[in-house]
Order: sequence, then structure tokens, then C-alpha cells
Amino acid sequence: MPLELLESPDLDASKREGLWTLNFGPQHPATHTTLRLVLQLDGEMVIDAQPDIGFLHSGFEKLGEVLDFNQYVTIVDRMNYISPMANEIAWHHAVEKLMGIELTPRCTYIRTIFAELMRLHDHLLCLGACVLDLGGATAFMYAFNARETIYEICERASGQRFHTSYTRVGGLLYDVTDDWVAMVKDFVRNFPKVYKDFEGLVMKNRIFVERTRDVGVLSREEAIAGGATGPNARASGVTRDLRRDEPYLAYEDLDFDVCASQGGDCYARFQVRMMEMLESIKIIRQAIDKLPQGPIFAGDTGKAGIPDKKEVYRSIEGLIHHFENIMPNRQMPAPKESIYAATESPNGELGYYIVGDGTFRAYRARTRPPSLLHFALFSRLIRGCMLSDVVAVLGSINIIAAELDR
Amino acid sequence: MPNETSDPKLSEIDTMKSRLSVLLPGITLEWSEFRGQTRVICPANQLAKCLSAFREVGFDQLTDLTAVDLLEYGNADDRFEVVYCLLNVESGLRLIAKIYLNEPDLTIPSATPVWFGADWLEREVYDMYGIVFSGHPNFKRLLLPEEFQSFPLRKDYPVKGRGERHNFPVITRAES
Repeated sequence: MPLELLESPDLDASKREGLWTLNFGPQHPATHTTLRLVLQLDGEMVIDAQPDIGFLHSGFEKLGEVLDFNQYVTIVDRMNYISPMANEIAWHHAVEKLMGIELTPRCTYIRTIFAELMRLHDHLLCLGACVLDLGGATAFMYAFNARETIYEICERASGQRFHTSYTRVGGLLYDVTDDWVAMVKDFVRNFPKVYKDFEGLVMKNRIFVERTRDVGVLSREEAIAGGATGPNARASGVTRDLRRDEPYLAYEDLDFDVCASQGGDCYARFQVRMMEMLESIKIIRQAIDKLPQGPIFAGDTGKAGIPDKKEVYRSIEGLIHHFENIMPNRQMPAPKESIYAATESPNGELGYYIVGDGTFRAYRARTRPPSLLHFALFSRLIRGCMLSDVVAVLGSINIIAAELDR
Repeated sequence: MPNETSDPKLSEIDTMKSRLSVLLPGITLEWSEFRGQTRVICPANQLAKCLSAFREVGFDQLTDLTAVDLLEYGNADDRFEVVYCLLNVESGLRLIAKIYLNEPDLTIPSATPVWFGADWLEREVYDMYGIVFSGHPNFKRLLLPEEFQSFPLRKDYPVKGRGERHNFPVITRAES
């Protein structure tokens, strides 16, 4: 977007005198992907910031109207690619709510474990990368080392490290094996050590604390009216967590605390993320111990899910079942209704508004990306801060451009 | 006194409904429910009043704002549906409010005076559907470039696009 179109509506000509304009991004190491800011500076103080987004817009929502409920999962995990499986779980959660499918206990537990692993995945990157932007490379390596193990866990379950496409309507692509369980248990055992190292390197680091404390303060009222959710809202004192307030998957059976802070600054946002990592480990530990046996696809008749490959190849019933669920003219119809369903993704409330039209694909597949509403708050957060704080604030609200632009 | 056996969520919805009928005299709201989700259809010409009334009864967050093009949707009577997903942060109560719009009059009042978080959401709806929000402080496209002429999430826009990319102005290094 040309510069003259990015002029702030709140900044009239009289205030503009003596300010200089700085273009930040779209290619800048601290924007991680591609987002652009046009900053109005008075010396080193940021008077105004106008975000310019859309560089990664790829028409995902249009594709959601063309692909069916199972195919579109390959697109949604490319939205927030830092925690791909969290998107898949949210998407199929909404589809299952629209169709009225009740998941099996084993499936809900596996999805819960993955949802929490993704939370760790996302928070580790958010913290690690922001510390890197602020000049500390060591903690970043510690965080990525732990993330590598999570990639391996994803690969063992789905065959893919990154874009797993693991969930299906009413179930999962494959069941997990015993060595996957052992891997998760191993990860849970080792994580507290990583956490301790990380905490020592970052949260008690004086330079980090001074660069993030009282920087980019978001008040509780602004957080609510501006639509902030997840750790960013909880750091401003909004104690809302969909896992507790609108329980889905297996969260009702598991014991965990909602982490919040009153600070509202960058440091509080990091603190909430650090605390949430410990809660996630607590949830995974309980869920893996309780992991029930049984089928992963919903329904005794198996109407909702895709049958096991062994059944498809070895029995005529399995083959018919597979055929009924895959052929476009025979798939299970979604009701002619609309629904909004959301899950607590690592970044905040990730919701889908789906309109069904009696076929197995969405008539409208709206994503409510948490990053979009968080980035809209950015210019409020940065006003009055220093130029060097831009990187700290950007990192603390964890903007994922692929999710922002879709 | 609240009845012990009744669902607290249900009585909360009833209280909200009766408060709304007091706040919006003479406006008919059409209520429905699907899988535990409360939905309401508002008359499009009374939208501004309805939105401030929703804010009044405690919906302090606009979770999402989107639109649906009903061009190919069965036997729908209207062209566009604009959807407001509202949330009461304290009690966790949700409400989905909808209005229906038809061409050529696609202008509705902006929700930014009520919830400032509507800013980018409204710009995105304009970007994708061409619905204009009057009274928005900074109204322009959000994701697509300014030169873009169409509204791509409308059902009459092809999935493959119309070749707009080839018509984008090219800026050479010398000009930049």
C-alpha cells in the first residue's frame, strides 16, 4: 500500500511537523514473516504506527469453499504454522459441532495431548524468537532443541513433521502406537530441565526484564473491547480460557490452572506463556497416563469416520464404508445450518464460522484468527515507546503473518 | 429467586432477551437456537440501535465479524448475511447476531463506536464482500491492494481469479 494511504487518521498535520517516517518491513528479521509497519518517529520515540498487512494473503477461505471438510485440513495447518495441529483440531472441532459428531474417548485424549504439545511448541518459539530479536541467541537454541522433539513426536504419529494433516472428521488419520506414548512420556520427563534452563536464561535476565517491563502496556478494557484473547488477554487480567470456560475435548477430566497476570506489559505476556507451559506439561502428564483404549473414529456404525486401511483392503464392508465416505456424491451431508465454534489455540481464541449447505463441504469457512485482532491493537501498544521497543512488542503479541493474512 | 434445578445459562439467556425487548421497543428480533448456540436476526435498518443495545446488556467483546454471500445458497431470499459473534467476557455468554442485506444498498453503520476491535474486521469484510461500513474511522481495503477492483469471496468471483495479478503496476528499482 502506498505511503500516502497509510497516514494515520488520528494524526493531523499540525502534529506531523518535525516527525520522520520509518518504513519497517515487510522484509525485516524481526517481522519473522512478512508484515509492514510505517512508523512516525519523534527522535527515537514512536508517535504512531500504521500496520500494512496482506503480503501473505492466499485466499484460504475461498479454498475452504471448494475443498471438502477432510481436504481443507491440509490448508488450515498452514495458517498458524508454528502450531499446525492446533489449527486442525480447531477446524475439525467446528465441523464436528456442526455435524453433531461425538468423539471417542481415545480420540479426544490424543487430540488433547497434541493440542497441549502445540501450545508448548508455539510458546517456545514465541519466547525463543523474541529473545533472539532482543539480542540473546542462546535461549533461542534451547527452545528449538525442545521443539525438535515435538516435531519427532508429530512425525511418529502422522508421518509428517510440520504440516501433519492428522485430524479427520470424527477421528484421526492413524491411531498412535506404544512407542509414541513412550516418546511423549520421555518428553514430559525431560521438559522441566529445559524449562529451568530457559527460565534462568530469559526470565531472570536483567537485560531482558528491562527491555520488556512496562513496555507496550495493554489495559484490561482495551483487551476486552479490542478482541484480544489467549495469553495476551490473560496477561492483562482477563481470566478467560476456553479450556475451562467452554470445555471441549478431554479438558473437563483434567486438572489444570488458568494462568493470568495483571501487568499487561510485554514481560507479563511472556510470564503468562512461561506459566502456561508448565500447565501444559501437567495436562499432558495426566492425559498420557489416562489414555483410554478403543477405537479412534466416532460412532459404532463408523458412519462418521474413514475406516482403518486394513479393513478397507481386506473386507468388502470396509471398502464400501470407505467408498461412502470418500466419494463426493455419497459423503455424509452437513446440516443446512451455521455454527461458530472456537478452541483455545496457543495464540488465543481460534474460531471457525461454518455454513453448511447439505453437502460435505463448507458453503462458507470463516476463520477467526487471533493474530488479526492482536495486530490491530499494535498501534495502541507502541505509541509512546522507543524504536527499539517495536521488536519487543511485536514478539510479545506473537503475530503469525500466515494466520493474519490467510 | 433462581430455581435450583433450572440451567443457569438458560435463565441468563431469558434475562438477556427480556432486557433487550425493553431496550429495543418496536423492533422485532427473530430468535433461534442450534446446538446450544443462541442466534438472533436483527432488521438491517435498525442495526446501530441493536448493536448498542447488545453492548448495553453485557456483550463487551466483538469476537468476530464476518459475512456470507448467499447467492448460491439453496432458496435464500437475500444476497448477503453479516454475522456478529458477540461475547460477554464475564459470564461467557455468546450471541450470534445476523442481518441480511441486498444489492444495491450495501451500506451499514460501523460497529467501531461500540467495540473498537471491529476496525480491521469491518475492513476485511469490505475487502472480501464489498459491504460498506459508514462511520468507520479509517475505511479502506485491508488484505488486498488498493488497485484491486473485485470482491473475491463473493460467489460470482471465480476461484481461479480474474488475472488481476497481471495488471498490478510494476515499480522498477529506479522509481522506488
